[in-house]
Amino acid sequence: MATMEMRKDLFADERDDNLNVIGKGVQRQDMPGHVTARTRFFDDHAFDGMLHLKVVRSPHHHARIRSIDISAAERAPGVRRVLRGADVPVNKNTLLSLINFGKDDEPSLAVSKVSYKGEPVVAILADSEAQAQAACKLVRIDYDLLPAVFDVEETLKAGAPVVNETYPGNYFEYHERFDHQKLRFGDVERGFSGADIVMEHRYQMSPIEHAPTETNGSIAAPEQNGRYVVHSCAQGLFFALGTTAKIVNVESNQLHFIGGTVGGGFGGKVDTLTEPLAVLGAMLTGRPVRFVLDREEEMLYGSPRGAERIYIKDGLMRDGRIVARHIRSYFDAGAYTRLSSYAAIKCTAHVPGPYWIPNVTSDIYVAYTNRCPSTAMRGFGVTAVDFALEVQMDRLAEAANMDPMELRILNAYRDGDMKPHRRAAKNTALVECVQVAAEKANWPLSEQAKRASSLIGGGVGERAQIPATQLDARGQIGRPDTRSGPVTQVLPAGTSRIAPSKQPVMEGARDGRAAPTQVPRYEPPRPAAPPAPPPYQPAPPPSYQPAGSHPAPPAYQPPPAPPAPPPSAAPAQTQHGAVRFSSVFGTRRR
Amino acid sequence: MAKLPVQFRLNGSDRATFVDPASNLLDTLRRGLGDFGPKYGCGQGTCGVCTVLVDGEPQLACLTLAVSCEGRQIETTSGMADGPNLHPLQGAFMDHFAAQCGFCTPGMLTAARALLAKNPQPSRDEVVEAISGNICRCTGYEPIIAAILAAANAPGARRA
Repeated sequence: MATMEMRKDLFADERDDNLNVIGKGVQRQDMPGHVTARTRFFDDHAFDGMLHLKVVRSPHHHARIRSIDISAAERAPGVRRVLRGADVPVNKNTLLSLINFGKDDEPSLAVSKVSYKGEPVVAILADSEAQAQAACKLVRIDYDLLPAVFDVEETLKAGAPVVNETYPGNYFEYHERFDHQKLRFGDVERGFSGADIVMEHRYQMSPIEHAPTETNGSIAAPEQNGRYVVHSCAQGLFFALGTTAKIVNVESNQLHFIGGTVGGGFGGKVDTLTEPLAVLGAMLTGRPVRFVLDREEEMLYGSPRGAERIYIKDGLMRDGRIVARHIRSYFDAGAYTRLSSYAAIKCTAHVPGPYWIPNVTSDIYVAYTNRCPSTAMRGFGVTAVDFALEVQMDRLAEAANMDPMELRILNAYRDGDMKPHRRAAKNTALVECVQVAAEKANWPLSEQAKRASSLIGGGVGERAQIPATQLDARGQIGRPDTRSGPVTQVLPAGTSRIAPSKQPVMEGARDGRAAPTQVPRYEPPRPAAPPAPPPYQPAPPPSYQPAGSHPAPPAYQPPPAPPAPPPSAAPAQTQHGAVRFSSVFGTRRR
Repeated sequence: MAKLPVQFRLNGSDRATFVDPASNLLDTLRRGLGDFGPKYGCGQGTCGVCTVLVDGEPQLACLTLAVSCEGRQIETTSGMADGPNLHPLQGAFMDHFAAQCGFCTPGMLTAARALLAKNPQPSRDEVVEAISGNICRCTGYEPIIAAILAAANAPGARRA
């Protein structure tokens, strides 16, 4: 068995190496609270005069909003305030603006159109939940139905309805350059032509709802010092804090988030679904505001794990060696980005699975459809492609007439092997995992497979080399019909880094760039005074373009100019001086 | 809508409040009386996180009208410990790590408490049946079953 390399030199001056609890029972600090029911979840807080917020949701998958009439709802019993998109100070956000990645694309309350069934349009604040729900039924919204698209490949075709006007091609734009995440290593076409067997299969995963027992929600209340306390279900409390501060346009030090006790999350409580409107409601009414999804809303409109469609094409030799692998995958983002752009990056980092293959390419798309936006869930972007890869491995074993365990041991990474991401594999252990699994399952292995080791055979000859690599402009934004373009350039063997092109590839690329979230400036405390409501900002004019008028193929059209955020070419410096999280920029952490 | 008075004994104390005729016991306990032990999970009687004892019987508080509890004994997890002394079920849940996020724990404890009050030596199948109306989405059922079986053998487990 390979011995793990222990990185005790990392943070050596901060370690005391008293980590000796493995194998011992140590009581969790939160357990006494759980068994005595003293644990306080976000909803377990009492406030006098608390209002209840409910949202009116779109009944349509895709529709233009012609008019919204809230007059009857405003007069309904118990109603204290009705909110529309124009009341939200910054009514367009993308979650990863926290790391300055992507463009602001999702409103808190829809203004000119709805892009999925269940999208919030109007919010009602009332004395009781029942009154808020009753008033929701009195809101009259006139819709013009638009054609909807639900399939990840259909939505990328020319002439498909535009789901999300910030991304008019219905794909997330990577590095302002490509309509997908690319990985290029070696020459897969040559690999396929030299292979004994070439095999391609399609894999389709469904969306999955996290279904936490505690539904998403929050309670926001004015504090006496001009700040707002927020009891939140958020899995990432500071993520929710930053997102809320941006949307309601206050310094983040005016918000006092309390949380960390989550009644089941699994990834479904990172989207900050309720906190911004709860805080805005508390600011505008001066009252505590509770915004909690009921079970139906949680199941239908709480964002799920996104569905993925994955195509794997392999070139296989009769002796079981995989010589080329191409992966094409479509991640269903739903109507807005949320965390799907990150899922595709994780997916790209994960291919081609834990196997050394000399020629690898992948094209991973984030596609917008008129479905509920999807988000994080336990290994999102990785588990689905893993399932596809391992089913494919079984099929390859069958095609090569080989034992599936032996096929995996034969192709597994060994220490020192060059990965398509141009990093040497370290601490590899798949060989040993398969050996142990076979032993536990009484699965017979050949003597050769039993003798295999992750420490033997890796990193020698071509296994350690970066091969000459075929480059192409496929999917380059702004250049029509490049999705299946030819090879444009061959990168010499050994090249570990592609110099970024100085040429602009996309006009107006900076437009609509996500506004970075605020960093608190720590001004001296203000005198306690009721905060002024945020200044009224008129809604931007509707920017809808009928689907039929789109030329084929869809040329890039700059999104309508939003209130211009300052252009930020480099990752913003944070207060603590560290360069922000880096993998999406290609910069290195300090 | 005119409110109705309702009075019952909650965890050994007499409590009274005014409720809407349509109010359920869950909202009355949580919002009216400040007992946050029972939780809201579905509002439709499928998840079990609102389980309370009404005259010793496990009931789903989200489907129980508050006015129907007039004069009854309501017991929740908040009143399960005897001062600083945990109920044997509570101790067994701690010892067996029978909680992950903790959200289903009050309902699980109440369902288990009702079981042990009637059946002090349940079989594993009977334990599974008793908590079959309680969803643990963290899927930690095995430690919960082990904890209930262990508590059944502990002294004092029959104390309801």
